[in-house]
Amino acid sequence: MPDVRVRKFLVSVEEIHHEGGPVVAVPPRRGTVLAVIENPYAGSYHADIQPFMEDLKPLGLAMAQKLLAALGGDPKAVEGYGKGAIVGEAGELEHAALWHAPGGYAMRDVLGGARAIVPSTKKVGGPGARLDIPVTHVNASYVRSHFDAIEVGVPDAPKANEMVVALVMTTGPRVHARAGGLAAADIKGEDGLR
Amino acid sequence: MKVKIRKIMTVVDETLSEQGRDVSPHIRRAAAIAVIANPFAGTYQEDLSELIDVGEELGGFLAERAVAALGIPGDKVESYGKAAAVGENGELEHAAAILHPKLGAPFRKVLGKGAALIPSSKKRGGMGVVLDIPLGHKDAAFVRSHFDGMEVRITDAPRANEIVVAVAVTTGGRPLPRVGGLKVSEIKGEDGLR
Repeated sequence: MPDVRVRKFLVSVEEIHHEGGPVVAVPPRRGTVLAVIENPYAGSYHADIQPFMEDLKPLGLAMAQKLLAALGGDPKAVEGYGKGAIVGEAGELEHAALWHAPGGYAMRDVLGGARAIVPSTKKVGGPGARLDIPVTHVNASYVRSHFDAIEVGVPDAPKANEMVVALVMTTGPRVHARAGGLAAADIKGEDGLR
Repeated sequence: MKVKIRKIMTVVDETLSEQGRDVSPHIRRAAAIAVIANPFAGTYQEDLSELIDVGEELGGFLAERAVAALGIPGDKVESYGKAAAVGENGELEHAAAILHPKLGAPFRKVLGKGAALIPSSKKRGGMGVVLDIPLGHKDAAFVRSHFDGMEVRITDAPRANEIVVAVAVTTGGRPLPRVGGLKVSEIKGEDGLR
């Protein structure tokens, strides 16, 4: 990662036993990995920002591997994913968009053959800003049981000249999923949607 | 376990640099957090021994989770802390019952030892309330480089009838300590203070 300066990583894993309903035998887990990095374009307008997208690829891969390891290391156990970025106040929303390709492809690489688009969100915010990262099934975006979201943030980031980039993965549906729709068992797996 | 757990979360942060300077070795801090049912929510209960036993169960359980997330042997942990947040139908005293009488012994057992008082904080709050877990050196409370705090929160807890209980462990003190005081190398290790 020659051109990416990381100040801090944050990894979290939630294990959900119930949410007021029956205790489940295998608690779904929801993991996140965040990196606090310097924003090379903070402070002024740069027309050409795409080189940084290349620089972010090794970081994306390292983060996806870190996250998978925190969830136990088995790519087959991962059923949902998402990504997001928070840009500090001296940056621009467009800088967050640089995370789309490196973040998404890194997770697909690590998971091996995930078909669905990686849902994402972004914002500009101060230290401690929270981001609700959308989550969908890795192979079929319409699987209703796996529509979820994970709130993330770093208490002391992003500073004005930083960005927080995030990847999230889940090992199952919402804990008491019962709102119908396409079930994971009915995925055709052709188009990443159904 | 007797305690009714809805959710468990582990968080690890890793600081690589601070104020543009490399932090070597990187400092890692891990927290393990449980969301549990409060058996006494909404009532005044004179005898809190049930929650005292919950503290004993969680002390070992959460310490093991936190140390595993930190990825080092328990006896290499340098500092520690604990905290609890009671949902709106509970009482601050419920947090005290969990944290103070019996949580420490099994926590210390996971670390091999731990002569110092385990610093703690508690509060009542709504879902997503922030817990600032105070941190201190595990063998000598006066080690100034290791006075720190770790912020944790769970978006959907505590619900009114729940309690959030957290323990934290670290691989070191603040990233760039330089305010003097007792150093790790000067610990006598007799009284848990110096």
